[in-house]
Amino acid sequence: MFRNITIGQYIPGDSVVHKLDPRIKIIITFIFIVAIFFINKLSGYIFAVLYLYLVIAISKIPFSYILKGLRPVIIILLLTVSLNMFFTPGGTILYTLGPLKITTSGLRLAVFMGLRLIFLIIGTSLLTLTTSPISLTDGIEHILKPFSRIGVPAHELAMMMTIALRFIPTLIEEAEKIMKAQMARGADFESGNIVKRAKGLVPLLVPLFISAFRRADELAVAMESRCYRGGQNRTRMKQLKIQPRDYEALAVTLIMVLLIVWNRVWTW
Amino acid sequence: MPIKVENLSFVYNEGTPYATVALNNVTFEIQDEEFVGIIGHTGSGKSTLIQHLNGLLKPTSGKIYINGVDITDKKVSLKDVRKEVGLVFQYPEYQLFEETIFKDIAFGPTNLGLSEEEIEKRVYEAMDIVGISRELADKSPFEVSGGQKRRIAIAGILAMKPKILILDEPTAGLDPKGKEEILNKIKEIHDKYNMITILVSHSMEDIARFADKIIVMNKGRIEVIGTPREVFREAEKLEKMGLGVPQITSLARELQKKGVAIPEDILTIEEAKEYIIRYLRGTKNV
Repeated sequence: MFRNITIGQYIPGDSVVHKLDPRIKIIITFIFIVAIFFINKLSGYIFAVLYLYLVIAISKIPFSYILKGLRPVIIILLLTVSLNMFFTPGGTILYTLGPLKITTSGLRLAVFMGLRLIFLIIGTSLLTLTTSPISLTDGIEHILKPFSRIGVPAHELAMMMTIALRFIPTLIEEAEKIMKAQMARGADFESGNIVKRAKGLVPLLVPLFISAFRRADELAVAMESRCYRGGQNRTRMKQLKIQPRDYEALAVTLIMVLLIVWNRVWTW
Repeated sequence: MPIKVENLSFVYNEGTPYATVALNNVTFEIQDEEFVGIIGHTGSGKSTLIQHLNGLLKPTSGKIYINGVDITDKKVSLKDVRKEVGLVFQYPEYQLFEETIFKDIAFGPTNLGLSEEEIEKRVYEAMDIVGISRELADKSPFEVSGGQKRRIAIAGILAMKPKILILDEPTAGLDPKGKEEILNKIKEIHDKYNMITILVSHSMEDIARFADKIIVMNKGRIEVIGTPREVFREAEKLEKMGLGVPQITSLARELQKKGVAIPEDILTIEEAKEYIIRYLRGTKNV
């Protein structure tokens, strides 16, 4: 049941994409997201598709994994698309169903929002699929470091993220174990209406919360007994260093951005 | 309610880069009233195996018959299977969730759809069996000691009146006294209700005492199966797996090598004592 969640999952590999500096990868992902929202013509998405295709091909991540990542957000996707479709005023009316109207501008916006969301999810899941949680938070910490002067707790934030990411699989495993234990006692998590199902989750959630708090406590003690005291003067085992391949990746991304800008400004 | 497992194989995360074979062609039979010990290292597949016996996991291939019914068949109601096969997980106290001990033990029987009187009867009965005072019924399960929590969890399964009781490492994390109490309770329950009892452990000492049959698992396969004596005759094989035999059996083997007349398949200290005393008397007389 929980194994289908691929958001935030990391698939080890040794492709160029995997080896890129996490800081560069995070920046590239941001550029990509901005670019996605900059596109205002369907033809502009050709470049985004090409770019994603290139990244996926180089990283050798099975395409099925990326599709699986879309599965949990299907409801959000459908909701966004339909809200945009039915409640956008303007344009000519194509179809009326009671109070609901589908207009040309509504349809257009729905298609764009849908595509943007899909690309957004694929883009960000590519980041997490090819970057180990540790290097990901390392990258975030480095990117946030300049802001620590204005009071952003860069190290603490990164540590919290590392811990949160580290415990996702543990909690999933724990949840599965508790679920099985309750199923052995005849609990039913799969049938019945929403109310019944929500009630059925109590035997899962109570033990899960208790164990999460227990784990947090134990971890805090373990960290303190190893003299953890925040970010002051901590050195790292692996120093991040920008390589030529990082500049290459950045260059390829910028070409994609330029093509998208060109598409928006100079073509119809 | 005999159990028959035929060519059972199970692969975790099949079809992903993380695929691992947890069970590899496992075949065995368990007869009525038998007390069976399953032993093996962490990752040997013992926990995976027992989760198949009440349908929590579906085999990748192979069949499981309980009382002649193939429970891998899609038409079989797993709820009915779980009613007959009670499975107590490792650290079962972590599954407690209700406000009172009574309600927690009642969770299983309630799910079976029993009448309120029947549930109450079963809950108190189960509390008596595991030795939890009836006065504690309205207390929170989170207020009592670790050993008591575990008994409450076991009572939660017993209240479903299973015909087969499976316990995964029921003594893990308990102190020697708590361990002893739980093991003796399990033996008591087995003898009183004549249910098939399957005890999973990685301690030979725990299993050797009570089991009629021992299944030794290693890397997803059954390595040795038989009565404790039969199994411990394979001491070298067990030692190679890093499992070893009970200390007293290994002492007997060493003594035998030194020329003491003592069988090598000694199981209990009492047995060994007799032979050793006999030997010592013998040497004195010479």
